[in-house]
Amino acid sequence: MATITQLNVNGTSRSISADSQESLLFVLRDQLGLTGSKYGCGEGQCGACTVLIDGTARRSCITRMGTVGDKNITTIEGLAIGERLHPLQQAFLDEAAMQCAYCTSGMIMSAASLLNENASPSESEISHFMEGNVCRCGTHPRIVAAIQKASKMQKGAGQ
Amino acid sequence: MTAKPNFEIPVELERYELREAPPYRFETDRREFFKYLGAGVLILCAAKAASGAQESGGGRRHSGEAPPQEISAWLHVGEDGSVTVFTGKVEVGQNIRTSLTQAVAEELHVAVDKIQMVMGDTQLTPYDRGTFGSLSTPVMNLQLRRAAAAACDVFINLAAAQWQVDRTQLVAADGRVTDKATRKSVEYAALVKGQQLTETLPAEDPLAPATEWTVAGKSLPKVDGRDFVTGKHQYPSDQKIPDMLYGKVVRPSAFNATLVSVDTHAAERIPGVTVVHDGNFIGVAAPSATAARTAAAAIRAEWKSDPQPSNKELFEYLKKNAVPRDAEGDHGDPMPYHSGSIETAMKSADHRLQQTYTVAYIAHCPLEPRAALAQWNGDRLTVWTGTQRPFGVRTELASAFHISEDQVRVLMPDMGSGYGGKHTGETAIEAARLARAAKRPVKVTWTREEEFTWAYFRPAGVIEITSGMSADGTVTAWEYHNYNSGTAGIRTYYDIANQKIEFHPSRSPLRQGSYRGLAATANHFARESHMDELAHMAGRDPLEFRLHNLKDERLKAVFKAAAQKFEWGRAKAAPGQGFGIAGGFDKGGYIATCAEVSVDHASGDVKVTRIVAAFECGAIVNPDGLRNQVVGANIMGLGGALFEAIDFENGQILNGRFSKYRLPRFSDIPPIEAVLLDRKDLPSAGAGESPIEGLAPAIGNGIFDASGVRLRSMPLVPNGLKTT
Repeated sequence: MATITQLNVNGTSRSISADSQESLLFVLRDQLGLTGSKYGCGEGQCGACTVLIDGTARRSCITRMGTVGDKNITTIEGLAIGERLHPLQQAFLDEAAMQCAYCTSGMIMSAASLLNENASPSESEISHFMEGNVCRCGTHPRIVAAIQKASKMQKGAGQ
Repeated sequence: MTAKPNFEIPVELERYELREAPPYRFETDRREFFKYLGAGVLILCAAKAASGAQESGGGRRHSGEAPPQEISAWLHVGEDGSVTVFTGKVEVGQNIRTSLTQAVAEELHVAVDKIQMVMGDTQLTPYDRGTFGSLSTPVMNLQLRRAAAAACDVFINLAAAQWQVDRTQLVAADGRVTDKATRKSVEYAALVKGQQLTETLPAEDPLAPATEWTVAGKSLPKVDGRDFVTGKHQYPSDQKIPDMLYGKVVRPSAFNATLVSVDTHAAERIPGVTVVHDGNFIGVAAPSATAARTAAAAIRAEWKSDPQPSNKELFEYLKKNAVPRDAEGDHGDPMPYHSGSIETAMKSADHRLQQTYTVAYIAHCPLEPRAALAQWNGDRLTVWTGTQRPFGVRTELASAFHISEDQVRVLMPDMGSGYGGKHTGETAIEAARLARAAKRPVKVTWTREEEFTWAYFRPAGVIEITSGMSADGTVTAWEYHNYNSGTAGIRTYYDIANQKIEFHPSRSPLRQGSYRGLAATANHFARESHMDELAHMAGRDPLEFRLHNLKDERLKAVFKAAAQKFEWGRAKAAPGQGFGIAGGFDKGGYIATCAEVSVDHASGDVKVTRIVAAFECGAIVNPDGLRNQVVGANIMGLGGALFEAIDFENGQILNGRFSKYRLPRFSDIPPIEAVLLDRKDLPSAGAGESPIEGLAPAIGNGIFDASGVRLRSMPLVPNGLKTT
């Protein structure tokens, strides 16, 4: 089996050692110390492990290392620019859209993918897109509100 | 580690969680504090003897001896003005770190960002039974406010002495003491320079009444929120220390299985792998998680188990296997409860109703599965783990490894929730056992399947109610039997003259324990469904019927508040629409919930389209945090109400994965309105649990209103509604 030795994460090429069948999530967490991506189910059902691969949300727990190649991976740790939070991060804080917050990084990464596709999603579009992300504490209404707020912030910044 | 038959964590607050604390808890050496914290002011909080016993022990004492000084919390203000608060309570997503910080800020008159909370570290924080039972707010919040107020007093006295003025002309604000007359002002930090002042709080101290709160009582964002949105916060499963190995446990084939044979040779040959086989425990430690999985898979273990009941015959089984309460020992439950005469009242009743209600086992599904990192240093053990009972886990570890509790330190990083599901220390024990063999730190993180299988469940139950009612709709007789699900919320709050209420423990086929709201969800479901049936039998409006049978003004107030917001009594907007109401009281919180449901008769689809929950728990500490708890409890409650149920057979869980066990998701969530009644004249109670309790019966009653079909099992519609 081919050993993979390099991974593009958060704008940097990182050295790793993983076989092609290994899950991206555990390489990020155990080898690169990027523990912001969480394990929740191991079968792509809860979204806690969501990262962006070339800008699109992917469940890293079921993403095999062999499929990643030289694609660009963004994790929650790579979303802020220096001290400046991404609008989604700021909006989740402003709306207090978290309780235990274990789902939060996956929620934010999924939402980032949504906003990449659709800059001003409606409430039902958000709900539909986020269906694969579980929040067991029941913060859903605030998460929807935070995504809407971030969408407005991004538009405001773009003008 | 052996799998015991009917391995059960007793269910209820009063049955299990409030057990006796050790008889002695010796005074802490104060010099140690200053060695650790530096100079400053230290306030030690004595545990309240009577009601404080709930939190801090204070069980039996030997007569004739002075009671040892029990300390429940402490607070330190350092020379640099920093405030450090120590409490054994833990943060599991209920936002207690923030609301306790607010309480301290309020009474100490310092900025929130000057306060650091040290929580759930058995070496640094005082003993605490655990974070459950909605007790952190009513007990710990009060104690920390007292400690903070006492510290503030120390500063005012120091300033008064320094300036030779009367203390009444001094005020404290923003970390300073100011002389109102001269405007002279000094920072707390300057007042304590080089000092080592200690004060132990006596019993009651005067406190700012809720009407005068300035910081507490307002919404405050999560104090360390930024760490969570940036992925920086280190949960228990994120912990890592140098030299750490990854552990994996080889699980039995079924509950109660015994090990017949095991071959570990192949695993032992893998470089860097340590294999442990000790009794029924088999596990490995390896340099990577992948290597640990590979090594565990290489172990050949044969298990043997006997046939065991399945969920199909569960309710019959629970009734058949009820055990006499006497044999079980006294858990302090005031059971059975009797008043008046059921027989006489039933004879003279105009209407009689007998019904059975059932509740399935459900799983907590904390999004972060159990995790623990264990490190031995000689015969001293340190464990970082996610638990609601760090001190309880310390006891479990000490007993598992035959060492004293002094040799064990348990730390609890703020974790990915618990909902009553993380009271136990099995992962900590597994990690520690592997670490002892490997002579290196070992982390064990459970998979979702392990969490579904080897944790514990909310108890299933059967509830039988027989009632009698007079022609005018007054309930006169209430006979209530609960099999297995538990005693929380079992007593009726309706004003019924003749009652018999009994709990029957049973031999649970699955390991069971606490859950958000404990048995109160099951008891509210049965009681409030039954009351609804009685209302329809009497031909009365369900809300009006409840108010007619109620005397409790606080409960009436939430019923009215929910109904008003919901516009109870309005006409249905569409066919298939239905409205339901239910409510109750538990752990100091009053809840009334209205649900609007929509039933599609053709497809059997049931959708909850609106929820209004009115809640009152005394004076509100953090309105936004409370709203988050009330809404969150209702969303979590949707799962148990509508579709969550554990399927099992022969000691195996059949649907222990998220792809097979349906959780509430975005599209399931209707608009939820929380109506919060702020009773500033009443002490604050906890709110993490009771708001969940009105939902299932409100939905069930709404489904009846929409379809004429009465559902008496939770979950209500795991496969949709059959109306034909």
